[in-house]
Amino acid sequence: MSAQNGTGPRSYKLKVWRQPRGAAAGKLVDYEVAGIDANMSFLEMFDQLNDSLLKRGEEPVAIESDCREGICGTCGVVIDGMAHGPIPNVTTCSLRMRLFPNGSTITVEPFRAKAFPIIKDLIVDRSAMDRIQRRGGYVSMNTGSAPEANAIPIPRDVQESAMDSAACIQCGACVAACPNAAAHLFVGARVRQFALLPQGHPERNERVLAMVEQMDAEGFGDCSNHGECEAACPKAISIENIAAMRREYLRAAVGKR
Amino acid sequence: MNAPAIGQLEVVDGSLDAKAPGGDIRTRWDRHRFEMKLVNPANKRKYTVIVVGTGLAGGSAAASLAELGYNVLNFCIHDSPRRAHSVAAQGGINAAKNYPNDGDSVWRLFYDTIKGGDFRARESNVYRLAQLSMNIIDQCVAQGVPFAREYGGLLANRSFGGAQVSRTFYARGQTGQQLLLGCYGSLMRQLEQGRVKLFPRREMLDLVLVDGHARGIVCRNLVDGKLERYAADAVVVATGGYSTVYYLSTNAVQSNATAIWRCHKRGALFANPSFMQIHPTCIPQMGEGQSKLTLMSESLRNDGRIWVPKKQADKRAPKDIPDSERDYFLERRYPAFGNLVPRDVASRAAKQMCDQGYGVGATGRAVYLDFAEAIGRLGENVVRDRYGNLFDMYHEITDENPYKAPMQIYPAPHYTMGGLWVDYNLMSTIPGLHVIGEANFSDHGANRLGASALMQGLADGYFVLPYTIGNYLASMTPGKVKEDHPAFGEAEANVVGNVRKLLSLKGKTTARELHWKLGRLMFDHVGMARNAKGLVETIDKIRALRAEFWENVQVEGSDQDVNQALEYAGRVADYFELAELIAIDALSRDESCGCHLREEHQTEEGEAVRDDASYSYVAAWEYTGDFGKPRLHREKLEFENVHLATRNYK
Repeated sequence: MSAQNGTGPRSYKLKVWRQPRGAAAGKLVDYEVAGIDANMSFLEMFDQLNDSLLKRGEEPVAIESDCREGICGTCGVVIDGMAHGPIPNVTTCSLRMRLFPNGSTITVEPFRAKAFPIIKDLIVDRSAMDRIQRRGGYVSMNTGSAPEANAIPIPRDVQESAMDSAACIQCGACVAACPNAAAHLFVGARVRQFALLPQGHPERNERVLAMVEQMDAEGFGDCSNHGECEAACPKAISIENIAAMRREYLRAAVGKR
Repeated sequence: MNAPAIGQLEVVDGSLDAKAPGGDIRTRWDRHRFEMKLVNPANKRKYTVIVVGTGLAGGSAAASLAELGYNVLNFCIHDSPRRAHSVAAQGGINAAKNYPNDGDSVWRLFYDTIKGGDFRARESNVYRLAQLSMNIIDQCVAQGVPFAREYGGLLANRSFGGAQVSRTFYARGQTGQQLLLGCYGSLMRQLEQGRVKLFPRREMLDLVLVDGHARGIVCRNLVDGKLERYAADAVVVATGGYSTVYYLSTNAVQSNATAIWRCHKRGALFANPSFMQIHPTCIPQMGEGQSKLTLMSESLRNDGRIWVPKKQADKRAPKDIPDSERDYFLERRYPAFGNLVPRDVASRAAKQMCDQGYGVGATGRAVYLDFAEAIGRLGENVVRDRYGNLFDMYHEITDENPYKAPMQIYPAPHYTMGGLWVDYNLMSTIPGLHVIGEANFSDHGANRLGASALMQGLADGYFVLPYTIGNYLASMTPGKVKEDHPAFGEAEANVVGNVRKLLSLKGKTTARELHWKLGRLMFDHVGMARNAKGLVETIDKIRALRAEFWENVQVEGSDQDVNQALEYAGRVADYFELAELIAIDALSRDESCGCHLREEHQTEEGEAVRDDASYSYVAAWEYTGDFGKPRLHREKLEFENVHLATRNYK
């Protein structure tokens, strides 16, 4: 990602989705921003836009973020048609303005999915993902009842592989990128993490059945087999997790214990 | 208006009872647990506890209290509890397991933490923390936290600053995320079982006191803007630290001080507010529009070497500077600990090198963190295994490849050792109000060691509060206060007044611009080096900025809607009040200790010089209604088990 168009201040034309809270429909609204530093993050560009709107007496654009270093999963918008923007394996907050040619037009929309209703402008309600986690995204153990940490050795490659799945930040980009708005990559990653680790084995069958049931109940679609989820994932969660979930589901559903 | 002479502030001694048990420090916690009152298992469901925050402290407390049978109302500012800023902790969590067989013990972790905090923490609390460190690792492994392992399948460790043993457990560079997912899972399980009610997208805006006891909160629903009242038998605040007072910090942009500050204004004493950790290894500021700084984990100092050119203002590329013309200043000054000195020492040394003109990069406010030697010794693949995600993050942000050229780093505000004062039971000076995790002041003294924040948050939430809160609850009748109590009306009216005032101002500047100015002021004068003259002037400037804020800030929109400008302005208003207390605390502590370097009190080499005879105390400030005249309560610190000594990392 080399710097484009020098290091001087830049300007951009923005098309931003505005939708008042509770409104049935929204629309793209045009804005212009100037004096943007190439090293600024995409969200800092929005900070500047919002400050200028405030000074003009207009309502700022509602857009969410928190850690701004790619780990909390709060941020996420569709930029020029791509969830988390044009480069792979980063969150919206990690995008720098040097990626966007000076003077270009950038279209910014919310993560769209039936299961992610829009709250306002670019903010969507992703609580459906928490409701899936409630059904089994954990090991059932009470504080204080744990055995000595080194009592159960776990092969390093198994632990590393579980960690690959555990890296999911629950941002919802996989859902937004999927033509069917499926949550298979997200659910698959959680199911696979616990299927690999010995701590997850006692509840292995119940977990996958309950989480998949909730995923369907929330209105997420079926896997489209397009692989858009993996391409959009900021944490490079592999589509292999979906296959793992299907295996786990089959195993549990046919009662092979 | 001039800042008050510190001598004019009212001082009270002997008013604070830390309730720390006496006797052999090794058995204090056991004995205390035995002596505390218990709530009968069948009665626990009659009690309701509010927990504000879902990070490592709040999330672990909410889940553990619910497992015990209490009704828990759990609030978070985010859409999901898993987004709390604990998620961003990178490097690891300490525990005295001694798996590497390198001489670690509970006593050594206790000693390192007391010494690392420059002898300004309470012995009893720190010893308990070191003891509980073991249980935390067991707990997290049982939850399925994928800690790094050796090839034989057993847990791996690495080293962090301020210690000469390897006691840090880690999950790549995402330890905080994985620990938080563990406690989020436990919390989700309790939600499903109906023991916890979760209230996401809520911001606590006031604490409700009935007969002097904490009995509820008023919060704003961040979706519809409505104010909501919740009553309970006790309140637990776990809302994290307040580094965002400095505008640019490593904290998340929604991290804020409002919950603890409103508790302070309701009577909770605020302890050691000026103990602010400035972390040595952060990516330097790159421009004026920057909203936050990004930490590069301390774990990098295991293999990275910190240096500057020996020649001032040397503009050569690092690869063109031969080894003989580089000053590895930490290795030179502190041969015993080298690049792994504690954070306060490393930050100060970097600042001194830059102040003297040896800094690198476009602004001269940076030093190199160089991996060339490690890559040569271990190979690029091993370095990628250990730190790959951190290197990628650095590359994304700076557009520089750290495998090819050294990283540039500079210190940044990161963690607040100060916070609401709590006793050994983690209860504040308001009965019923418990404060856990970074929000309290308890265990780190004047400087926190790396990988100890996660340890403290989880110790508080999993293993301390669930016992100690029972001792408080056992002495009361549950469920007596309801949301229609007049105290809720008074608190809500207070919040409404504040919100209306902010919306009515219609000024010409934004909260962000004024917050930026405040942060600059704080970093320059209440940051890594402080002096009396600068602090007195800063207090006046903070007041001027606060006045400007209340005259000239612009907040658009409605209070009955999602309104991020309103949320943010409310937080910034509180920063201006807290900032003044931070500066007053720094001015009143006329010694240097840990992170707090008063330029009047340093050695020729720039090391902190403590004054134990006069300042071996916790400074706990009481709000009096006048920000310029807080009342100082002093809790004397006794050191019976660790010999008070000058820290020496040479």
